Amino acid sequence: MLFCAALFVAALSLGAVHVPLREVPRALLGLETTGAWAIIIRDIRLPHALAAILAGAGLAAAGAAMQSILRNPLGSPFTLGLSQAAAFGAAFAVMGFGAGVMQSTPTAAVTVVRSGFTALSAFGACMAASLIIIGIGRLRGATPEVLVLSGVALGSLFSAGTMFLQYFADDVQLAVMVFWTFGDVGRAGWREVGYMAVVVGLGVAFFSINRWNYNAIDAGDQTARGLGVRVERVRLVGMMVAAMLTAVIVAFLGVIGFVGLVCPHIVRRIIGDDHRFLLPATCLTGSALLLAADTVARLVLAPHVLPVAVLTAFLGAPAFLYLLIRRSAGS
Amino acid sequence: MMLAVRDICADYRNGQLVLENIGFSLDRGRTLAVLGPNGAGKTTLLRCINGLMKPRHGIVRVEDIDILNLHPKAIAHRLGYVAQRNEAGRIKVFDAVLLGRKPHMVWSLSKADLSKVSGALDLLGLRSLALRYLDELSGGELQTVCIARALVQEPSVLLLDEPTSSLDLKNRLDTLALVRRIVREHHMATVITLHDINLGLRFADHLLFLKDGRVFAQVEPNAIKAETVAAVYGVAVDVIRHDGQKVVIPKMESDLLNPKQGVP
Repeated sequence: MLFCAALFVAALSLGAVHVPLREVPRALLGLETTGAWAIIIRDIRLPHALAAILAGAGLAAAGAAMQSILRNPLGSPFTLGLSQAAAFGAAFAVMGFGAGVMQSTPTAAVTVVRSGFTALSAFGACMAASLIIIGIGRLRGATPEVLVLSGVALGSLFSAGTMFLQYFADDVQLAVMVFWTFGDVGRAGWREVGYMAVVVGLGVAFFSINRWNYNAIDAGDQTARGLGVRVERVRLVGMMVAAMLTAVIVAFLGVIGFVGLVCPHIVRRIIGDDHRFLLPATCLTGSALLLAADTVARLVLAPHVLPVAVLTAFLGAPAFLYLLIRRSAGS
Repeated sequence: MMLAVRDICADYRNGQLVLENIGFSLDRGRTLAVLGPNGAGKTTLLRCINGLMKPRHGIVRVEDIDILNLHPKAIAHRLGYVAQRNEAGRIKVFDAVLLGRKPHMVWSLSKADLSKVSGALDLLGLRSLALRYLDELSGGELQTVCIARALVQEPSVLLLDEPTSSLDLKNRLDTLALVRRIVREHHMATVITLHDINLGLRFADHLLFLKDGRVFAQVEPNAIKAETVAAVYGVAVDVIRHDGQKVVIPKMESDLLNPKQGVP
């Protein structure tokens, strides 16, 4: 928690323009309203940092819940193709309905008009993908391996669909779509942050209410049913909420991989599988990871800003490989 | 009557009958062992009794309440179920047992929940393991944790699906003795599926033999006959007395080679 707060202040302070640390709280509290620093802090970096915190928490919580619901350690919005599906849905909205129109604003090169509609389209595609996953999971004999493989297949399918759309897109649409495949928290303005806060807040609250249900499912489907848990319903509704979280985050920020997969596993190593503690700790870790990744992304090539997804993948992929190697070596 | 099961029929999706007209009843403090070869329908019977699987028809009454039409949570108040396979995640023993209070929780845990878990841990001798992780436990310890979890549900009837299948000799005896003691002391009733007939003879009050989804025989341990066992399992056996108790022993290989002896 403290670490997260410190990171938050650091993220606000560091960047192409270095704002001294002691100015950060002053700008936040509105003590200095006219200076350039205050504008940088309040209109650029604050929504930026808040978006990173919300997206990190949302993706990580969705990943933790999916790992339990699908009884699969590889469950996450990214590995099961949900993120790719949402990106496809967003691209489809851009292409088919002209939802995304490029606009140059002082804060970002590309912003999206009618972002609500894009989010809806992303949500639709995301839901379709999660329903397919649940459907496959209900078939008799569907092992965790089958689920992950079908997620990979769905992910490639939707990526191919996005590429197909890109091939026929005009320059403006293409630019918008390509931006989507590089997740970047810098795309969020105050309005997007507001939407995300509501959805992530509701989603995380929903997962917390279901913490005992997820613990029960972890003990085995039959045991959970014996404890009066309606496993099928918990699974279906949980996947829908995870899909909703993913859809909104991807629709506003683009595809950000590995946060949902790696953060729950980091926390599981440290405090175990009990969802009462796993969920909040995972949210914090997700926020911290994305905030750190974003800060580094803004610093390494300053004044250029890397998309944060590039960094989470750089950070996440080796961590993921390490996890796999350790798992097979340990057991 | 604690548990009464009448005319249970169940089928899988392809319409093939797995259980046909199963019925029995059980008093307080009593243990029923369900025996029979693989695929006879033992596990299916347990799942039908607590509504995990919807039987085609049939009635299950616990303390004269028809339970198959109740809400899953209300069933969980009356029937505790320990599945054949149990996952050992990275969760502490105390928290794993606490999960058994799930059907009684409204929003959050109460002090009573915690003290009931403490009580169960003491009762089953798990106190020293309370803060260990499940995936560090032995098979016998994990089985005991699962039984503790079912006990804190405070059910009237305990259903155990092959609780001894992954245990060594001592753990088998200890686990079943413990279950029998608790069932008697707490005036519950228990239905246990078993592969080992001799464990059934030793610990159960009644034996129910299933074959091809039907009740082949229902006997008291003292009334068991070699013919029954031979017909159910297709193996020639002798029934002998040992320490005043009946014991079933498969005939030696030399006898089996000559099938006229033993099998009626």
